[in-house]
Amino acid sequence: MSLLQARGVVGGYGEADILNGVDLTVAPGQVVVIIGANGAGKSTAMKAIAGLVRVRLGSITFDGADITNRPAEEMVGRGLAYVPQERNVFASLTVEENLRMGAYVRPSATALGLERAYATFPDLVGKRRAAAGSLSGGQRQMVAVGRALMLAPKLVMLDEPTAGLSPKFCNLIFHRVRAIAAQGIAVLMVEQNARPALAIADRGVVLAMGRNRFEDAGTAVAANPEIGRMFLGG
Amino acid sequence: MLELVNFYLIPGLVLGAIYALAAVGVSLIYGVMRFANFAHGDLMTFGAYAALFFVAGFGISPWAALPLAILATIPVALAADRAFFQPLRRSAPAVLLISSFGVALMIRAVVYLAYGPSPESYTRGFTPPVFLGEIRFQLRHLYILAGALLVAFAVHLLLAHTRAGRAMRAMADDPDLARVTGVPVAGVIRLTWAVAAALAAIAGVFLAIDTELTPMLGFNVLLAAFAGAILGGIGRPWGAALGGLILGLAEELSSYPWLGEGPLLEPTYKAGVAFAVLVLVLIFRPQGLFRGVG
Amino acid sequence: MEPALLYLATMLTLAGIYACLALGLNLQWGLTGLMNFGPLGFLAVGAYTAAILTAPASAQHMGGFGWPWYAAWPLAALAGALLALPIGAIALRLRADYLAIATIGIAEIIRLAVRNEDWLTGGPLGISGIPRPFEALGSPLGEFAFLGLVAACVAGLYMMAEATARSPFGRVLRAIREDEEAAKAVGKNPGAFRLAAFMLGAACMGLAGAMMAGFFKFMGPDALDPVVATFLVWVMLIAGGSGNNRGAILGAIAIWGIWAASDFLAAQLPPELATRAAYVRLFLIGLALQLILLYRPQGLLGERPGR
Repeated sequence: MSLLQARGVVGGYGEADILNGVDLTVAPGQVVVIIGANGAGKSTAMKAIAGLVRVRLGSITFDGADITNRPAEEMVGRGLAYVPQERNVFASLTVEENLRMGAYVRPSATALGLERAYATFPDLVGKRRAAAGSLSGGQRQMVAVGRALMLAPKLVMLDEPTAGLSPKFCNLIFHRVRAIAAQGIAVLMVEQNARPALAIADRGVVLAMGRNRFEDAGTAVAANPEIGRMFLGG
Repeated sequence: MLELVNFYLIPGLVLGAIYALAAVGVSLIYGVMRFANFAHGDLMTFGAYAALFFVAGFGISPWAALPLAILATIPVALAADRAFFQPLRRSAPAVLLISSFGVALMIRAVVYLAYGPSPESYTRGFTPPVFLGEIRFQLRHLYILAGALLVAFAVHLLLAHTRAGRAMRAMADDPDLARVTGVPVAGVIRLTWAVAAALAAIAGVFLAIDTELTPMLGFNVLLAAFAGAILGGIGRPWGAALGGLILGLAEELSSYPWLGEGPLLEPTYKAGVAFAVLVLVLIFRPQGLFRGVG
Repeated sequence: MEPALLYLATMLTLAGIYACLALGLNLQWGLTGLMNFGPLGFLAVGAYTAAILTAPASAQHMGGFGWPWYAAWPLAALAGALLALPIGAIALRLRADYLAIATIGIAEIIRLAVRNEDWLTGGPLGISGIPRPFEALGSPLGEFAFLGLVAACVAGLYMMAEATARSPFGRVLRAIREDEEAAKAVGKNPGAFRLAAFMLGAACMGLAGAMMAGFFKFMGPDALDPVVATFLVWVMLIAGGSGNNRGAILGAIAIWGIWAASDFLAAQLPPELATRAAYVRLFLIGLALQLILLYRPQGLLGERPGR
């Protein structure tokens, strides 16, 4: 029984379709990594699941319910958290306020969530009163992921969590992704940093021109010579 | 020195407090909805006349009428949002701005219809000033300052320490991120209108207590409200409060004879101070004292 | 028969003056996306420039230059453009709504200055005795000739605006309006183009001011009402179809027609009701704007696709 299932998703912004038939399946507790060239529709596919991009054809089900074109603000309550790329913290809010926003739909879970977030990212404890906008890129990413985990979601979607981070932070983030999955939280991740991401992934999906191009176990995708030549830089 | 305090500094503080309330209102709307609401001044006017209605009708003081005026003004803002702004939410901010200009005229027309163009006031007659040593002031000025402080504190509590206030600030930072975090955007927008309308009504009643009521009451200070909000960093309520206060002080202090005998700036041009400040901010620090929303 | 014709000529003259304002605003908002909420300021500067240059000498205000209208009007247009230069240079590089706020400010400052600088403008008393072009022809011929002059100005501005919209310059303006980043990428400096469009539109408004001063033969602060000089122009442009020069003219004629007709109807009411009718009209024009924005945002004609 899959947790997330997208079938033949077609959609985009305004008139132009960016997704031309995307299929995605994520099982509970699984780490799935989406790779592909720029403009392949990786981020757009995630936004379509999150309810930020209109789905014209196809369907998306999550945890047994049809969530196609449901409002974005509903998703958190269903157990589907999303961390966008780049602008992913509330810059003028403090770190702790950012984390509290993660439990907005269920305030009673705030205390437990904060405890868990600080346990996952101990670096944030000393920064709890700092404005999120004043943090380094890596720290922001921790805040964003911590916020997404506040309500212990069933699935968390990360859009290029390591973009612009130093190798040290990249490793830390990938390490945490495995730890998150170990708690039974599935992770769907878009990554440019494809090889290390595939190394920790259960499944790898390659998108091209808004369509599925290839799909296999994470290590198998990384080992595939054709994919390696086309998408992983040799 | 005493002259400076009694005739320039105290009136400047009072005017600054009123501008601060007005500026916080426009800044909140700008932050959450990303458009310059030109109807804010006329919401102030509406609030002031709503209080006049209760003052004249029940013979109560304008202070007692203030809560009623707030309750009368909030539905006006909510109705305008429901009827005109909400359907345009996905349009360019410019369209919302034009629409708010139309709403401003509609509100003003209602005030004209009900009360006509001549000035009105809540109380008749002259109230003697109060002396505190050499310092002299009007009691109403003290009440306005205290009231503005109280309101500012309440707004601070709302924004900094409540879930709804955090959601408003989160929307100002990044509306899409707020949505994916589960913030019910429509509800937060309604709440923001209610808070902004309450602030407008309070600022309008205070201004009318300090001066007099005319149908142009609010529109005449709209520029000062925006200048204060931009000076503070648009979309940043705390900045707007500071910006408004600075502006009120600057306006009153500008006619003090700083150099030589005559006033530095002819009092008739006082209203120009807001414009001058606006221009200076736009030239030298367009993001405002506190970095405004993008 | 003749009074009716004269009335019609008066109405058409004013509609023509409004058409010039709407064409100017269309250059700014319709073509370039610049929000000017202070047409009143540019109109006032043009009106007073023309008034001071053409009115007879008076102890109340500067004047006595005795210029003919055909020399004064271009200067009025230039005055409008010059007022637009600094404010545009400051506000155009910032976000669109800051220009709207700044132009509201400039209009208010001009209103303050007009009221207070007696030596220049006559203060609250204004400037009277402004000669109207062709009044030497007598009535009604003079009025008709003036109408002809206004109509010629409208036609001239229309052709200028059309030529602008079709020129490479106009295409760049539209490109900047639609996608500033893309325009920058092909090496166009959006700031300079916008400023030029802003000044050109302001010049149209200055010229309209000069016509207005000549038409009323008087200019004073009470003639400068933000509702009539700013808001009505916006309603005209949006009703006619912003981005469309024919729409701007059509909107000016249609909205002015409605405005004047409601004046005429209100005048038939008892005085007490007549003032109230003016407020009802204010409400209805605000409502009309909302309904157009909601149900026909493209206006009567809509924007013609660029070529």
